[in-house]
Amino acid sequence: MWLVIAVFPFIWTVWGSFKVEGDFFSKADWRYAIYGVRTIAETGEVFTGNGYYGAWIQEGFWSNSLNTVIVVFFTVIISLTLGTLGGYALARSGYRYAFWLLMLALVFRAMPHITLVSGYLLPFFQWNLWGHLPTTIIVLVAINQPFTLWMLHSFFLNIPKELDESALIDGCTWFQAFKHIIIPVMWPGVITAGLFSFLLAYNDFTVTSMLLSRENQTMVPKIASFLGTVREQGNIMFAVSAVVSAMIPLFFLVLFFQRQLVSGLTAGAVKG
Amino acid sequence: MPHRTFIYFILPSLLSMILLIAVPVFSVIVQSFFVEHEQVLIEVENCNPFKCVKSLSVDQQAGAKLRQEAPLGRFNGINTYTNRNHLAFDEVALAWMESKSLVDFGAKLLNLPFYKALLFTLTYTFIVSPFVLIFGLAIALGVNGLPKFVKGPSIFVSLLPMIVTPLIGSLILFWMIDAKGILGSTLQLIFDDNNLSLKASMPLTWVMLIVYGIWHSTPFAFIVLYAGLQTVPQETLEAASIDGATRWERIRHVTVPHMVPLIIFITLMQLMDNFRVFEPIVGFSASAKATSLSWIIFNDLHGDSKLFGSAAASSIMTIIGVMILLMPVLIRSWKNFNIKLH
Repeated sequence: MWLVIAVFPFIWTVWGSFKVEGDFFSKADWRYAIYGVRTIAETGEVFTGNGYYGAWIQEGFWSNSLNTVIVVFFTVIISLTLGTLGGYALARSGYRYAFWLLMLALVFRAMPHITLVSGYLLPFFQWNLWGHLPTTIIVLVAINQPFTLWMLHSFFLNIPKELDESALIDGCTWFQAFKHIIIPVMWPGVITAGLFSFLLAYNDFTVTSMLLSRENQTMVPKIASFLGTVREQGNIMFAVSAVVSAMIPLFFLVLFFQRQLVSGLTAGAVKG
Repeated sequence: MPHRTFIYFILPSLLSMILLIAVPVFSVIVQSFFVEHEQVLIEVENCNPFKCVKSLSVDQQAGAKLRQEAPLGRFNGINTYTNRNHLAFDEVALAWMESKSLVDFGAKLLNLPFYKALLFTLTYTFIVSPFVLIFGLAIALGVNGLPKFVKGPSIFVSLLPMIVTPLIGSLILFWMIDAKGILGSTLQLIFDDNNLSLKASMPLTWVMLIVYGIWHSTPFAFIVLYAGLQTVPQETLEAASIDGATRWERIRHVTVPHMVPLIIFITLMQLMDNFRVFEPIVGFSASAKATSLSWIIFNDLHGDSKLFGSAAASSIMTIIGVMILLMPVLIRSWKNFNIKLH
């Protein structure tokens, strides 16, 4: 039962995105959407790519997806770099302040993003930082840090201390130990943390919609702005196709990285 | 690890958090005490061949200059907090005196934007979170009983609602429950009411958003609890069934107590995430019927007139709300930490 509830909306929408509006929103008979009665009447085929053409070419959705790629890529890279260094330090320092930093990160994690955004807007306008992709990337990295730190911290705790301690005894500095001993064994944890930074950057609406100018918008805020303009022009299928297009990368992500996602979700939990 | 090395390692990460999380919070606090400049009015004399008329007009230049000199606006003290759009002390007091019953008073409170948003946010948080736990546990138990070769695919399917962008997920459901969409028209058929629309009434909109919330968050609880189920000691379960415990009794007395830490963890995450509910309101275009604290901040900042002061005041109150929610957890870990020390 749950499986049906979980997956049916997706199948329905993907299927419907290849139809015309009259079928996808069919008042007369819901079976229209399956057989595509109106789609055949209007375009002559059972499936139509009109929605996709309209969204990607006419509305320039391709440039938004390009922006998404840039933002997501750099956010993931930067937050992983900062996160591994920080998480390693937190896992190996035995002092009291490490605990406090983790607690502080938890509080930061709980901050609603929109409250932070309302803090950024005014200074960013003043300093002319508003609207650019790099600004958004930095902001997303920072918002991501608390979670990345927690996850990598608990991951590094699982790597036996003896590994890097033996390197220290052999005369390595901490940085050398990190570089030669830890980096080669840390990839499973880093990939998991990377997946979650990816999801945060990709799924974010609050930050990207408030901090990016119209030309620089990523996919999600673009879809939101579709809703306003497209409804008036009766091109709701553009929005449906855009939504489906934005969904597909996520679909593959789950397909290929299911194990890492599950282990990441449970990693935080087991530590309590 | 020596302090010095620790600093080197943690500095980049810490710096980014301080600059972009801690400093903005302070900036929000400062902003909340200021309010936008009033428009500068000047008297202009418009003369036509017959007579001269004096009129007031907005001096754009002086306004722009003022904004440049003091971008924060003018100092307003705590007035933003107490005005009609936020805590609305005057209106609440008035409503309290005029109302004949508590219900009446409640209805009046709901007309004030801040209380309306607060009420929805709290309702959403405290209905969605327990349901997510219960459904998550039920599904975890269900999937655990499935044969091995269907477990993988069913986990894959279950992950989808959680992984998908919240805005996109809510749009997908929104199109389905549209009066012309599949669920909407089916409901109309069932209730035999052609004008039935989930979007038109306030209770139904709330129900819709809550259903979306449960749909979106249940996978998280499911995955965590499912992983927890794998660690339940089999011996205890067998011993219990030898002693004649039914399936339900085994769940109640063995499985659930074993997973208490996980349940606390999920509750904590759910409270944090549900409290900032925002995207579904945009996705469902539900802002006329249901607003959340995050939404009213967004609304202040969105569009041409950016009400920084007002948004900042709402932000501060939202942050205070988060703090209150988190307090039990912080106290608990503080106690644990002290126990570890002694």
